[in-house]
Amino acid sequence: MTTALGRTAVPTGTGPARPAGSGARAAVRVELLVDRRWFGVCDADLLTPGRGVAALLPDGRQVAVFLDRGGIAYAIGNQDPFTGAYVLSRGLLGRTAEGLPFVASPLLKQRFDLRTGQCLDDEAVAVAAYATRVA
Amino acid sequence: MPGPTPPIRSTPANPAEFPTLVLVGHGMVGQRFLEALADRGVTERARVVVLCEEPRPAYDRVRLTSYFSGTSPEGLSLAEPDFMARHGIELHLGDPAESVDREARTVTSRAGLVFAYDTLVLATGSYPFVPPVPGKDAAGCFVYRTIEDLLAIEEYAKARAATGAVVGGGLLGLEAAGALKGLGLDTHIVEFAPRLMPVQVDEGGGAALLRTIEGMGLTVHTGVGTQEVVSGDCGAVTGMKLSDGSALATDLVVFSAGVRPRDQLARDCGLEVGERGGVAVDERCATTDPAVYAIGECALAADGRVYGLVAPGYEMAETAADAIAERLAASADPGAPGNSGRAPSVFQGADTSTKLKLLGVDVASFGDAHGAAPGCLDVVYSDSRSGVYKKLVVGPDGALLGGVLVGDAEAYGMLRPLTGSVPPVAPEQLVLPAGLGAPAALGPSALPDEAVVCNCHNVTKGTIRAAVTDHSCATVPAVKKCTKAGTGCGSCVKVLTSLVNEELEASGVSVDKGLCGCFAQTRTELYEIVRVRGLTGYARVLDEHGREAARGGDGCEVCKPAVASIIASLAPTLGASGYVLDGEQASLQDTNDHFLANLQRNGSYSVVPRVPGGEITPEKLIVIGEVARDFGLYTKITGGQRIDLFGARVDQLPLIWARLVDAGFESGHAYGKALRTVKSCVGRTWCRYGVQDSVRMAIGLELRYRGLRSPHKLKSAVSGCARECAEARGKDFGVIATSSGWNLYVGGNGGADPRHADLLAQDLDDEELVRLIDRFLMFYIRTADRLERTSAWLERIEGGLDHVREVVVEDSLGLCAELERLMADHVAHYRDEWAATLEDPDRLRRFVSFVNAPGAPDPSVRFVPERDQMKPDLDILAGPALPVRTLEGNPA
Repeated sequence: MTTALGRTAVPTGTGPARPAGSGARAAVRVELLVDRRWFGVCDADLLTPGRGVAALLPDGRQVAVFLDRGGIAYAIGNQDPFTGAYVLSRGLLGRTAEGLPFVASPLLKQRFDLRTGQCLDDEAVAVAAYATRVA
Repeated sequence: MPGPTPPIRSTPANPAEFPTLVLVGHGMVGQRFLEALADRGVTERARVVVLCEEPRPAYDRVRLTSYFSGTSPEGLSLAEPDFMARHGIELHLGDPAESVDREARTVTSRAGLVFAYDTLVLATGSYPFVPPVPGKDAAGCFVYRTIEDLLAIEEYAKARAATGAVVGGGLLGLEAAGALKGLGLDTHIVEFAPRLMPVQVDEGGGAALLRTIEGMGLTVHTGVGTQEVVSGDCGAVTGMKLSDGSALATDLVVFSAGVRPRDQLARDCGLEVGERGGVAVDERCATTDPAVYAIGECALAADGRVYGLVAPGYEMAETAADAIAERLAASADPGAPGNSGRAPSVFQGADTSTKLKLLGVDVASFGDAHGAAPGCLDVVYSDSRSGVYKKLVVGPDGALLGGVLVGDAEAYGMLRPLTGSVPPVAPEQLVLPAGLGAPAALGPSALPDEAVVCNCHNVTKGTIRAAVTDHSCATVPAVKKCTKAGTGCGSCVKVLTSLVNEELEASGVSVDKGLCGCFAQTRTELYEIVRVRGLTGYARVLDEHGREAARGGDGCEVCKPAVASIIASLAPTLGASGYVLDGEQASLQDTNDHFLANLQRNGSYSVVPRVPGGEITPEKLIVIGEVARDFGLYTKITGGQRIDLFGARVDQLPLIWARLVDAGFESGHAYGKALRTVKSCVGRTWCRYGVQDSVRMAIGLELRYRGLRSPHKLKSAVSGCARECAEARGKDFGVIATSSGWNLYVGGNGGADPRHADLLAQDLDDEELVRLIDRFLMFYIRTADRLERTSAWLERIEGGLDHVREVVVEDSLGLCAELERLMADHVAHYRDEWAATLEDPDRLRRFVSFVNAPGAPDPSVRFVPERDQMKPDLDILAGPALPVRTLEGNPA
């Protein structure tokens, strides 16, 4: 498995590219770097800031894709390693006191760093993380 | 009725090797003694037999009068229902001990059962003293001691009395007078002494008490004795002749002229008894026969006194249990070192301090209340206008010796532990009303370490501090559990709370009451901020009121749902959308609220349609069955009288709900911190015992409060009669029918920390009931912490049930109109969330398993067969079992 190094793709242009920008209906796509190729997931306006969605990769892997309040997209593996269920996309986003963006699993509430996939409550546990861009 | 209770625990094959302990009497002290035996493991090593004269197990005699304010006899019960069975104790109800043969070591019961004992414990209590006046046995004369006495008084009063007289103006007499007044009788109190409560209070205190009690419409006759009870032709009471020559017309007489120890059994078998009664015992509560012990009100303690209060009785129970446990251990293993060097516990006398609420008046007396010590001086504060009287007795060296408080006993919790020491401020400052008196600096910190803070359990300030510092108890409930302090009468909880907080602060634990890392405010404070400022968005709340570092950020998983819940509770009033997933709110909700269904362990969801009151038509049952069959769902009946359908994928939820909504179902909010169900029994309509239509009421309540978002889930139930088949007292708000209306109970809970709900108000008509529930729920929503159920809330908030009653029944804060308006807003704006979701394509968009493959089902959600249905296939999820992380923020 590729140890995908979490890297946030800061959107180009003036400031964070908030999806569904006023009036401009040009489709803004969210893409993930999967096996060194950019893979388009969906139009950015399908994402709600502060929430996630699940996406299916061509090889059957599931990823959880999130948008934070500032319009930055993140992607990590969708499977919750603590329960095995594919549910991380349905967790709530937050930021730790140190400023790390995280998602809390909706099942047993462990938190995962959205940039690296590292579990913040158990350093022995991590999920895959994918670089993203909104373009 | 009840015969011997068969023990569930198996007893050893050879009873001869198993010593037998017989307890005679199952009152408050008897029960405490049994608990003490169980704590010391004696019930494991000995057969324990209890002979009880009354037809019911031990109950709280101190709170007897609360029967008239709606507490059922069961509600007064002291032993947990399974206590006897759990400890293998044989309880014989309605079968008192008749005789003891000390030579043969046997006890014979009235029913003729004979028990051989190794140890005998007498806890026979007292009997009410009835002065030997002519006519004392006429119909309409009663005593006031047992639940049966109460039931008889109630029956007689309701049938044929308009006036009642209580002979005796002491503690129990005032209790009885309160009961008669509660029954609607024109009530008189006749006291031989020149003042009320002559034992506890002094002249000034008695005068204050008299004014207040007369102000309530009771008539008090002091300084007169009862010479004769006069009866009419049919043998029923018509009046009394008093020692001053006057006559008093009355239909009912209650004798409450003190109690006498019940020592007849001991006398008959030749045990030593005191001159004025009481079984003589030594410091370890053993009688003159080392195999026989006596505890409680029947015992004449080693200090030559008979104690008529429960706290000393409890202390004797503990002392005797210690002595018996040691004896048992020694006889089982004669070589054992015994008490491992610990001094044996002894009972050398007890503090008779008391704090009571009699007829609604606070009365407290402690230490040397009458100033009997040589050279002592009084400091008195008296305000006849408000019925407040306070006296402190101070020794020549300035030490506080005792005192009397009438009308305002607030200071009792602080003053009693100070007894015996020189107070840190001048005594006059201790009796002046707040604001004029004690400087703020005089808190519990001024108490010496050896001061006894909890009198019921004899816990000192030092022990409480040690619980925090040495046993790392970080909350008041933890300290209560660790030390037992505050778990008796509860009068010390206020002092206990400030001690614990002080100790926590002193040990450097900053008590951050903030909701989470993002907010320094409590949930209650955030509620007020949202309400007063009319904020309808989380981001604004965070950016304007969050902790500095959290502003402008993403918040966290603790505060987002909490703020979303506050906004949802207030939505109609704030003018916000009542739909919990509109706009920014969508990003705040936990997954359950986000998909309006309950997430299960394999990532599938369960669906619970609302079945108000548990009433459902065959047609609707069929629809549920068809939906479950067509979507392959696992079905199970819930504890709340509805049906849970498990195993739905997110993309199936709208399809399932389209069918359900079509058939007339609504969301059951099983996924929300909101009203869940209002259970009901079938009620008067069908049940031969029912006295009200519980189903109608349950449906009405469920429809009224459906969709109400609250700090935690809310459960309710309505029972059609006192048999309580709907288990309403295990609910956040429970309603029980009475012959004249409804009783409302609040703060009940099942689950890991069960709690019986407390009576808030009784005999309400429909409209009063609904109005009170409206206020109660809105007050809870306003003041509870995040994820704090009503039971924990009621235990936590200052003043507890009394405070809640003052606010929602008596409107002490002037809040009721607003609370009612908030609920009216909620009711007027309710909409079914699932119907609202189905009719809006935008809202339906989120119900896909994969954003880039909207039609594809999630392959990880799969099932395998079990018992003719299906269950999650966990093999495809297979991961190691790992621990749950508890959320930060306030403990739930």
